[in-house]
Amino acid sequence: MAGPFNWLSQVTSVTAFGIQSLPQRLGSSLTSMLGIAGVVAVMVAVLSIAQGIMQTMNNSASVDNVVVLRSGSTSEMMSGLSGDETRFIAEGPGLARNETGSIASPELFVIINLLKKTTLTDANVPLRGVGKAAFDIRDTFRIVEGRMFEWGLNEVIVGIGARMEFEGLELGSTIPVGQEEWPVVGVFEAGGGLAETEIWVDSAVLQPAYRRGNSYQSVYAKLESPESYQAFKDALTSDPRLNVKPMRESEFYSSQSEMLYNLITGLGTFIAVIMGFGAVFGALNTMYTAVSSRTREIATLRALGFHSGPVVISVLTESMLLALAGGIIVAVAAWAVFDGFRAATVNMASFSQVAFAFDVSASLLMQGVVFALIIGFIGGVFPAIRAARQPVATALREL
Amino acid sequence: MTQGSGDLVQIKNVDKVFKRGSEEIHVLGGLDLTIPDGEFLALMGPSGSGKSTLLNLIGGLDRPSQGSVEVGGENIDQLSDRRLAAWRARHVGLVFQFYNLMPVLTAQKNVELPLLLTHLSRAERKKRAAIALDIVGLSHRNHHFPRTLSGGEQQRVGIARAIVTDPTLLLCDEPTGDLDRKSGDEILDLLQALNREQGKTIVMVTHDIHAAARASRTLYLNKGRLSTELEE
Repeated sequence: MAGPFNWLSQVTSVTAFGIQSLPQRLGSSLTSMLGIAGVVAVMVAVLSIAQGIMQTMNNSASVDNVVVLRSGSTSEMMSGLSGDETRFIAEGPGLARNETGSIASPELFVIINLLKKTTLTDANVPLRGVGKAAFDIRDTFRIVEGRMFEWGLNEVIVGIGARMEFEGLELGSTIPVGQEEWPVVGVFEAGGGLAETEIWVDSAVLQPAYRRGNSYQSVYAKLESPESYQAFKDALTSDPRLNVKPMRESEFYSSQSEMLYNLITGLGTFIAVIMGFGAVFGALNTMYTAVSSRTREIATLRALGFHSGPVVISVLTESMLLALAGGIIVAVAAWAVFDGFRAATVNMASFSQVAFAFDVSASLLMQGVVFALIIGFIGGVFPAIRAARQPVATALREL
Repeated sequence: MTQGSGDLVQIKNVDKVFKRGSEEIHVLGGLDLTIPDGEFLALMGPSGSGKSTLLNLIGGLDRPSQGSVEVGGENIDQLSDRRLAAWRARHVGLVFQFYNLMPVLTAQKNVELPLLLTHLSRAERKKRAAIALDIVGLSHRNHHFPRTLSGGEQQRVGIARAIVTDPTLLLCDEPTGDLDRKSGDEILDLLQALNREQGKTIVMVTHDIHAAARASRTLYLNKGRLSTELEE
């Protein structure tokens, strides 16, 4: 009587024969493996862009920071706050304080045109006017080259990502601000966050350059603790002098990247699925050929008394091993080539560029390998069933 | 395998019909055959006469369209596919014209193959395979792969694989069909010895009259019917 051990030993043996005979089918096996690898490569590359953008946004957010925009606006570009309003906001409860008062920075956000280094085409680059508290709010900010701009002077400092992506942002060069050219005096880091794609300047000098009077677009502020948020929000939303929308910084950045993240993820998945269909047919072809070239071998095993189940599992295992090999090779290659690769794209929410690094994370690699295995499974299942269903007597006659 | 009246195989009123599209091809019709235990039976006949089909029915590799096939007191046409496979593994040794060895396995491993379906330990499997290879005179070639063996040697490995489980019934489909005369004679000597010395019941399909002459009885199959005389 055949027990589970016996069945398992059949599976092991039949699978081993298939794998040992792989070198005899090297050409078609490699083609199938590379086809699957290509699909996984595209999927991992595209999704790593989405992950990279999300990572950049996450790096930007701090749990005890808040952003306040005019009610109804979905981005800083669309928002507008008067100087009085920013003062009322800064007086809100629950904000952290230092010797100069509450840590709140009214900010101005404009877009300037610079050439993108990779394409030499115009790109919208964010220029941010900040208050002194901005540097207490962004804990990760530090000057890495040159110096900080002087308050009240027409000077700018540039994010390290912006300098990498756009022309004319080297120390000592000048950039067009309104009708004038202002010098670049420093380069800063901000923990890999969104600010690294921006150019910063004193908001007090930026307002007249763009004839903004005493208006701003947002207020960034630091809370005493993350728990103070609700009290701060309630006070602002119930204040009849204000018509504003306070958000946690994480909530704000998440809303800013959502559209782009969804678009890239959707596109990447769509492309991967379409290419996946092609790879499935490639795998099907390979496995039908494999089954065909092993027809007599499989029939002989079944004639000797081996069951159909181990034959099915053997063909499936072979197909999935080829897919797994393709998936792993590409996962390693994608990680080596793409991970950390820097690029910039337009964030539809702010109509400005966001610089990011491709993020080939472990979970993304796992997704790629699982996708490869799914392709391998679908590519193997029909040939496997065919191998198991073919009448033994007929198959034995085939050469 | 239990044996009744001394007849190992009893085939009663067997029809075998193959379908090719809408066409029905009657290969065997109302066939009766009894094979006593210990007999060496040769089946001859022109190509397409149904010899291999009959052999496949006896070995449980195919099922009759009608009638019954009883081997060792068991109606094998009533068994499920799974039980039939297990029955074959226990009771039938198969020898093929083109040897059907696994190219990636050595002679020893090829012979061990049917033993993977038993509960024997690795050491016991190895020991039994060595004995089977010794019986066919190939113990010195046990680590050779099929591609390094001559046709005659490969067929000896095939026979060793067929007898390693000590089956009652050996079914040989053109065992000398791919061999030269000398190698063919050696294979026939071996089959004869297995029949006479070990009491194996052998059914051999062959086109070769010299091969058939080694059997204790020869039957001719023509147009799906058996006879003791070759019909013109």
